[in-house]
Amino acid sequence: MARVIAVLLGVALLAAPLVLPRYQITLLLPSFAYGIALLGLNLLFGTTGLLSFGHALFVALGAYTAAYLTTGFGVRHFELIVVGAALVAVVVAVPVGLLCVRYVKIYFGMLTLAFGMLFYSFLYKFYTVTGGDEGMRVLRPMLLGQPLAGLNKVDFLTGPFYYYALALLALAALVMHRIVRSPFGLCLRAIRENPEKAEALGVSARRHRFGAFLIAAVFGAVGGTLLGVPTGLADPLLAYWTHSGNLVFMLLLGGFDHFLGPVVGAIVFIFLQDLIMSLTSYWRFVFGAILAVLVIFVPRGLLGLLDARTRASA
Amino acid sequence: MLGGVFHAAVLFLVAAGLQLVFGVQRILNLACGSFYALGAYFGVSAVTWALGAGLPAPLFVVVLLGAGLALAAIGPPLERLLRTIYDRDESFQLLLTFALVLMFEDVIRFFWGTAPYQLGQAYLIYGQWRIGGSVVPVYNLVVIAAGGLIALGMGWFLARSRFGRIVRATAENREMSEALGVDMTRVYARVFTLGVALGTVGGALVIPATAATNEMGIELIVEAFAVVVIGGLGSMRGAFAGALIVGLMKASAIAIYPEVEMLAVYVVVISVLVLRPSGLFARATA
Repeated sequence: MARVIAVLLGVALLAAPLVLPRYQITLLLPSFAYGIALLGLNLLFGTTGLLSFGHALFVALGAYTAAYLTTGFGVRHFELIVVGAALVAVVVAVPVGLLCVRYVKIYFGMLTLAFGMLFYSFLYKFYTVTGGDEGMRVLRPMLLGQPLAGLNKVDFLTGPFYYYALALLALAALVMHRIVRSPFGLCLRAIRENPEKAEALGVSARRHRFGAFLIAAVFGAVGGTLLGVPTGLADPLLAYWTHSGNLVFMLLLGGFDHFLGPVVGAIVFIFLQDLIMSLTSYWRFVFGAILAVLVIFVPRGLLGLLDARTRASA
Repeated sequence: MLGGVFHAAVLFLVAAGLQLVFGVQRILNLACGSFYALGAYFGVSAVTWALGAGLPAPLFVVVLLGAGLALAAIGPPLERLLRTIYDRDESFQLLLTFALVLMFEDVIRFFWGTAPYQLGQAYLIYGQWRIGGSVVPVYNLVVIAAGGLIALGMGWFLARSRFGRIVRATAENREMSEALGVDMTRVYARVFTLGVALGTVGGALVIPATAATNEMGIELIVEAFAVVVIGGLGSMRGAFAGALIVGLMKASAIAIYPEVEMLAVYVVVISVLVLRPSGLFARATA
């Protein structure tokens, strides 16, 4: 079942630029970025059972790394930007993670939220370093060493950048798949189900949670680098706690106990947001209501719903 | 400095609401900032209306308090909504309150729009006092006094009254108190409503001194979290001490080096977590 969905999704996304209007293609770009970030978030929530309300910190970190490297240091190679963002994410996630993984459940959520807001207030207040509330510009990167300067913005985004982002998403999904299926991933699941038992079997809960936190941070930052390119901007609201909340929302929408839930959730969220925003300016209310319904009636998300269908018909 | 205490008094009310609900229902209510914002907007409208209807201006505090308390009527239906997921993992409870945050943001936008709301003259109606070289609006002192009184009242209520004992017993052991004949449904509904009331009254009281904005709720919740972590989750005394610390820290940071206003607060939060992970007053009472 999972494999069928993965193949269908892959084919659909590969063919999308040939079929869909360009506007829809530009909508898919942020959902690829979020998809990568959510794969990381789900390693924490779905696999390890830790709910982070500060994942936006790492997304913002990635976007600001892209901004710094392109505008500050003239580094335009996107491959270098991705590696740079991953390194920055690790540097930040080590101290933050060491503190956060001492706690579980609600305390973990609160602490990650506090760190996210700490970063937000840094971005917002230190105008000279970060551009304050105006944020920083992200310049057009070079993909695989190609400057692509001849293309206009929309051609660039819907053409090479689309496939580049899709490839990065596919790569991220493959890597995450390996991680989840590895002995390390199994340990994480054991810790989620029963931390005492896992400890008794010699699995250090704290060390594994820390590892998951680092990986999630790297995925968050890599997703963040993609997010800054279409808008050309890294702004402090990316680190705000409501943005973290939206990330969790997307995850829940897709289904956290399904491997592809994060990717599906990101795509559906972005398109749903676009649709509802075009219908009413009170889209937050509608989204709040959708989230409430999800939490109460469909906690396993859209893919969970699909699973239940096939199981019932089988 | 008194500005800091004023902020602390309001912060205490919101944090106390958060603590109470968490202590008893084990739900970390992200929406308590929204109650605060809703209280502020509702307070502005109620006072504007009352003054228009010919109410003598000095009585506006009474109207604000009344508006805050009346708004607590949204408590029971919200509690009914939360009741559907009491037996679920706490992550989902947190997410449901996040859904409420999103919805309330637009409820406010729908009724009051996006422009900031202010209460013009009312703030300085009681005059100003000179205290040690600085000028302090008397209204600030009224709010500080009200915050102190509510803190004392809550302390008495939890320690001495019959319902307070039931609340503490429930916080201690849900099943045991239920076995002893406590009607949990009613206790939860009342505690949640009380938590809402603390938030809405806090919002209503702060409004003469500042303007009501769309973001005030989601901004305050972060400070309330800081208070709760510093004081210790679920502790009333912790909420009181934490609110004072955060309020004073913010006031002095703004006076000395405004850039670090929130950073300073988080440094305290993180050092408390490192040195005393359960907070300064871990689980003293409810």
